[in-house]
Amino acid sequence: MENYIVEMKNITKEFPGIIANDNITLNLKKGEVHALLGENGAGKSTLMSVLFGLYKAEKGEIRIHGEAVNINNPNDANAMGIGMVHQHFKLVEVFTVLENIILGVEPISKGFLDKSQARDKIIELSERYGLKVDPDSLIEDISVGMQQRVEIIKMLYRENEILIFDEPTAVLTPQEIKDLLQIMRGLAEEGKSILFITHKLNEIVAVADRCTVLRKGQCVGTVDVKDTTKEELSKMMVGRDISFSIEKGKRESGDVVLSVRNVTVASKIHKNNAVKNVSFDVRAGEIVCLAGIDGNGQTEFVSALTGLEKINDGTMHLCGQDITKASIRQRSIIGMSHIPEDRHKHGLILDYTLEENLILQRYWQPDFQKNGFIRFNEVRHYAENLIEKYDVRSSQGPVSIVRSMSGGNQQKAIIAREIDKKHELLVAVQPTRGLDVGAIEYVHKQLVDRRDAGKAVFLVSLELEEVMNVSDRILVIYEGEIVGELDPKETNMQELGLYMSGAKRNTDKEAQ
Amino acid sequence: MQNRNDPNSKFSFSIQSITHSKGFSALGAALMAIILGLIFGFIVMLVSAPDNAISGFSYVVFGGLSRIGDVFYFATPILMTGLAVGFAFKMGLFNIGASGQYTMGMYFALYVSFMWDLPGGVHWIAAIVAGALGGMLFGLIPGIFKALLNVNEVITSIMFNYIGMYLVDMLIQGNAIMYSSTTTRTRYIPIDAQIPSLGIAGSNVNLGIILAVLIGIILFIVLQKTTFGYELKATGFNKYASDYAGMQGKRNIILTMAIAGGLAGIGGAFAILAPSAIPGSSMTYEPINIIAANGFNGIAVALLGHSHPIGIIFSSIFISHIQRGGTLTSLVGYKPEIIDVVIAVIIYFSAFAIIMNNALAKFVKTRLLKKNVVSDASDPDIKEAE
Repeated sequence: MENYIVEMKNITKEFPGIIANDNITLNLKKGEVHALLGENGAGKSTLMSVLFGLYKAEKGEIRIHGEAVNINNPNDANAMGIGMVHQHFKLVEVFTVLENIILGVEPISKGFLDKSQARDKIIELSERYGLKVDPDSLIEDISVGMQQRVEIIKMLYRENEILIFDEPTAVLTPQEIKDLLQIMRGLAEEGKSILFITHKLNEIVAVADRCTVLRKGQCVGTVDVKDTTKEELSKMMVGRDISFSIEKGKRESGDVVLSVRNVTVASKIHKNNAVKNVSFDVRAGEIVCLAGIDGNGQTEFVSALTGLEKINDGTMHLCGQDITKASIRQRSIIGMSHIPEDRHKHGLILDYTLEENLILQRYWQPDFQKNGFIRFNEVRHYAENLIEKYDVRSSQGPVSIVRSMSGGNQQKAIIAREIDKKHELLVAVQPTRGLDVGAIEYVHKQLVDRRDAGKAVFLVSLELEEVMNVSDRILVIYEGEIVGELDPKETNMQELGLYMSGAKRNTDKEAQ
Repeated sequence: MQNRNDPNSKFSFSIQSITHSKGFSALGAALMAIILGLIFGFIVMLVSAPDNAISGFSYVVFGGLSRIGDVFYFATPILMTGLAVGFAFKMGLFNIGASGQYTMGMYFALYVSFMWDLPGGVHWIAAIVAGALGGMLFGLIPGIFKALLNVNEVITSIMFNYIGMYLVDMLIQGNAIMYSSTTTRTRYIPIDAQIPSLGIAGSNVNLGIILAVLIGIILFIVLQKTTFGYELKATGFNKYASDYAGMQGKRNIILTMAIAGGLAGIGGAFAILAPSAIPGSSMTYEPINIIAANGFNGIAVALLGHSHPIGIIFSSIFISHIQRGGTLTSLVGYKPEIIDVVIAVIIYFSAFAIIMNNALAKFVKTRLLKKNVVSDASDPDIKEAE
């Protein structure tokens, strides 16, 4: 019998209408990095929430250091040495690093806060584990990567032995990811035990000792990472083979479809412009990707391009027509389709049915209305066709309420709607965000399919792998400026990462 | 989709589709709120005068039935103001200004009744149309403020309640043809400007209720079947997505507020143009600087009716029904205000509609579907809990 620090035995957690965890067993050895792999909805987060005391399992037991325990809330979990870095950090923006770390366990001497004692401990921890932080910076002033290091120090400060990382790399740049994985290895070598939730296979191969795979709430198995391959892991996760490389034939690009010149967009947050003097063209039959780290003006640029926000300066032409001041509807008619960044905020009306959402861009066309009355028979017919063609799954077909559908199928519905509409330019903003491997493969196939059909595709992505694999041309945006134009065949992730972090840039002449 | 292949789940599928339908849950929530409100009302009656509680309570519940004409008569204006609030609410606008719109509509209707000399058959119709225009004006202005200047419609429409009330009182008092300073009320409205009575003895019930129900049904059709209704509800559910889809949000806000105002204005016209059961008289208005209560009752009606036009038809009749019953409780020594307490509690509970829904759905599920819950779990389309 091996010595496990955490044993989760036969955990079953039900939600109304679904079993999120069905009889799952997971054992964590001391000093290992244990990855938890699964698609969205596979039950990874639920399982970790059970361990962290956010949910109570209906069946099963948890043993820590061999003793059966009852974890009712995160405080209990903390007391047992379990710490968690959430996907969205739980930090007070206007507090300093130090204040955030001691929050809840403030050292007190004679009734007053004693920060110097805490400072020494933080500096010691930060040196020991290579976690570079400045204790006196405000959280709002430091980078996302450093914020994450603060979260890690928070766990170490509380002397947690079991560290849970919930998709920690989603928000980081390639360099930061590399650093983080190194830190995780270092922590494991120091004897900490790490649970690492992810659906990125490369990271598992790079850092994990063992990996437990979940699928649809059930445990598929636990494997030693060194004895397996990426392909096998993905097959375990999805239940079928997944192709990693995107099949993409050569294609000559055609006429200019979208032409952007000297576009400047004001920021809503600060006084500077969020997008500065951006110019580029997108041609028919090519996928142009705007790459960059989140928050470098992509959102503002896309809002301006699609007509959600006004621009300060510059011009935009679509299919030869000036759309600088055109309304959203006009842009749509001229030929713009838009897969929005936030599918819940912009892309869908969650309380409408699937069929009502599928006609969101077209309800006013004669196909679907007559004298102001919606032709519901046509709508149903159309929706059934799209659902079939794009494999959108839901419990009740066209009349399912979209809110009840899974994220992947919601995204499929948007893609079906935007692709089926008459268009020359497809603007896709982070179209694979939050999707699992199977759905990502599907989205990428659709994008390439559009390109092969001779449409222009403008992709905005934060995922390096996506940028490298899907696009024909890469534009890198940094602090609102295009700092480089790269050919994915002639560059690599490291170089791209340097451009994205502002460490390298073409001269202005080249960038144009 | 997989569910359908599973023979076991057929039963649960059909029940689920009923319990999950919006109509069912809204009705369930409203009924639950009504029952709890009545129970609470009974307790209040029991505490204040235990001996008469049973007879008083039976007046509240059944009293209206003996005066069915009056129930419909008093339901007419609150049905219209209820529609005015509910319709705007479908677009996510809180039209708290139904009172001002109602008062304006009433004034415009009065003006046409007194000042315009029209042939008998069209006079009352013209007066109702004028009422609609008056209300529309007072809905339009907050709508414009909201759409173009992003001023919260709650603030403007509350202010317009006061503006409408003082303006109307001033205009009426300054007009000797409409206002009689000896009675401090408006004079009797010409008979051909009054809405034809439905001829139920001892009641003022008139054609207005039939028109109001028809308007409710038309609104239902507009909301459910037209592109305008589609845009309106889309904007109400998710303003950002409606912008993204290229809908003209500003135009729709102005249009919705104008229509809502028009509905409340018609309510005001219906109220003042109602025929009187006493021959030779009519409804009169007394300008005493009080904001019309029917406007606020419209909010209650809309809430209880879940902002659904058909629901509002029934909720207005129900509220009118227990109001009539409530006035009868004075026969056994209760103050009629008791019924306002009951209505308040009902509204309070219907504001918890979602909680009520879930409680009801859970009850139905555990009772009826105990065995079938597990088969539902195969549903692949439930998101991972965060």
